[in-house]
Amino acid sequence: MSQETTITYSKVNRDIIRMLDKPTVKWWALFLFDLAVLGIGLLCFIYQVYTGLGVTGYRHPVFWAVYITNFVFWVGIAHSGTLISAILFLFRARFRLSIYRISEAMTVFAVATAGLFPLIHLGRVWNFYWLFPYPNQRELWINFKSPLIWDVFAVSTYATVSTVFFFVGMIPDLAAIRDRVLEKPRKIIYSILSLGWKGSNWEWLHYTRAYLYFAAFATPLVISVHSVVSWDFAMANTPGWHTTIFPPYFVAGAIFSGLAMVISLVVPIRKIFHLEEYITVDNFEAMAKMIILTSLIVTYAYVVEPLMSWYSGSPYEWGQTVYRAKGPYAPMYWIMVFCNVVVPLLLWFKKIRTNINALFVISLFINIGMWFERFNIIVISLSHEFEPGAFGIYKVSLVELAITAASFAWFFMFFLLFVKFLPAVSIAELKEILPAPTKEAKPQ
Amino acid sequence: MRSDQGVLGVFSYLDSTIQTVKKLKEEGYRNLRVFSPFPHHEIEEELKERESIVRFFTLGGATLGAICGLGFTILTSLSYPLRVSAKPIVSLAPFMIIVFELTVLLGALATLVGLLINSRLRQNAPISMYDPRFSEDKFGVMVVCPKESIRKVEEILKSSGAEEIKFEGI
Repeated sequence: MSQETTITYSKVNRDIIRMLDKPTVKWWALFLFDLAVLGIGLLCFIYQVYTGLGVTGYRHPVFWAVYITNFVFWVGIAHSGTLISAILFLFRARFRLSIYRISEAMTVFAVATAGLFPLIHLGRVWNFYWLFPYPNQRELWINFKSPLIWDVFAVSTYATVSTVFFFVGMIPDLAAIRDRVLEKPRKIIYSILSLGWKGSNWEWLHYTRAYLYFAAFATPLVISVHSVVSWDFAMANTPGWHTTIFPPYFVAGAIFSGLAMVISLVVPIRKIFHLEEYITVDNFEAMAKMIILTSLIVTYAYVVEPLMSWYSGSPYEWGQTVYRAKGPYAPMYWIMVFCNVVVPLLLWFKKIRTNINALFVISLFINIGMWFERFNIIVISLSHEFEPGAFGIYKVSLVELAITAASFAWFFMFFLLFVKFLPAVSIAELKEILPAPTKEAKPQ
Repeated sequence: MRSDQGVLGVFSYLDSTIQTVKKLKEEGYRNLRVFSPFPHHEIEEELKERESIVRFFTLGGATLGAICGLGFTILTSLSYPLRVSAKPIVSLAPFMIIVFELTVLLGALATLVGLLINSRLRQNAPISMYDPRFSEDKFGVMVVCPKESIRKVEEILKSSGAEEIKFEGI
């Protein structure tokens, strides 16, 4: 937020709470379109459950494909939310203040989307609870040495902690909304949600400490979650997967894609709700700089992977590398390289990274590139393992495409509801960086 | 003395609020509540409050999580041993991931419980003393005091720049 401003505390309340006014016709049109896409996906899922996984493109040897790609993609998207809300909080980076609520919401909704895909991917989805350890008649326990079980623990812990973090951060703002709205039903709802918050010194004392501990927990958690997701692959002896660079590569990639998604979401919200005073070009520039950093790490991983496969002397690893670059999936590989390595180079120019429209377009390219990165890791590796006789090509089915589109609709449905019912910018924290009203500074 | 009996002053300026707290402390009033739209270190310093005990909840939850994680993985592995060549049944390296996740999970949930219990969200001031402007742009100083001190407190609040005075339980 700009420091030389005439923003007052009341203006902050007014401007942020104004976003929760009655939805416009455009909002309704968008929401109904979103629900339609979601509905088509739901029908496809019902069809898949009824018919079986044969309706997907799964063919030997590729039995992990678009659904797992979506899972990794959405878990990745979730990461920068916690980076902005927790890690940058510990570093006291002020530019996070105006965007952290949106990115936290993005985290929670992205995890809620990601969590669906392991279930959608199951042939017999009604048995999903077998993933959890519970006492049963056969005295059978899950295998804690399996990366898939680590995943269950990591993702569900992440979902719980980020939801708690998101909700706790909102309590003072929910109280501000409660104090401002006039309609009785809304007042009652916000009164319940704000848990009777009054902003007294006791509340702030415990609140600020608790917030610090949440941030301290969320920071290593965010790194652990995508590391664990990467071990779903790296622990297997599949060429293209079995590499120790995966955890840092996945974490950097997750933050990279998450930051791009934050920009993709914040740009339209800023324009629609006229938040230019709060979300400034400087905020975007800071995010663009973080994208440059994470893009360089991802680029490094793209260079090291083929280098290691060549240096390993393993014909399978090297075969996989050549297959990625020259095989039938080569266009997807080169789309990934173009979007994640070449396009972010534009951000080195200040003129481009301070141009909001250019940033928006670049962020869309990165989102596309990162989706393909996951697709390439998963599908290309599986389709070209050891035995040439067992190589095979995967072709995506319409059902998978519809469910993928529905996952975006599911995510945006939550987001559309969020901007209309919850404070999208932190009211209390914005006030912390505004000059406090003092008697000395009182205008004469 | 009842904890819901006192005087409340409403202020527009942060410096007047801090000055008032200072003055009241000097006069020997210890039972103060300060309302503000955001947390402020100077207010906290003036009130000289004890460190929040939420940290003990955090520590307790995290420790319990670590113990649960260790117990869970080790005991279930021993109860249903999956023997794979000469690999150990109790293999701590992968179990540490579960231990870590449960440490974070229970630590965070315990922090939430600690916050809800200690901030006394429901009872820390009578509702009639709360002013909705405290979540917007006003500050409030509430003094819990016996009936006989009320006039004195009112005087202090007024002289420090309180724009409004409210009484509760009198």
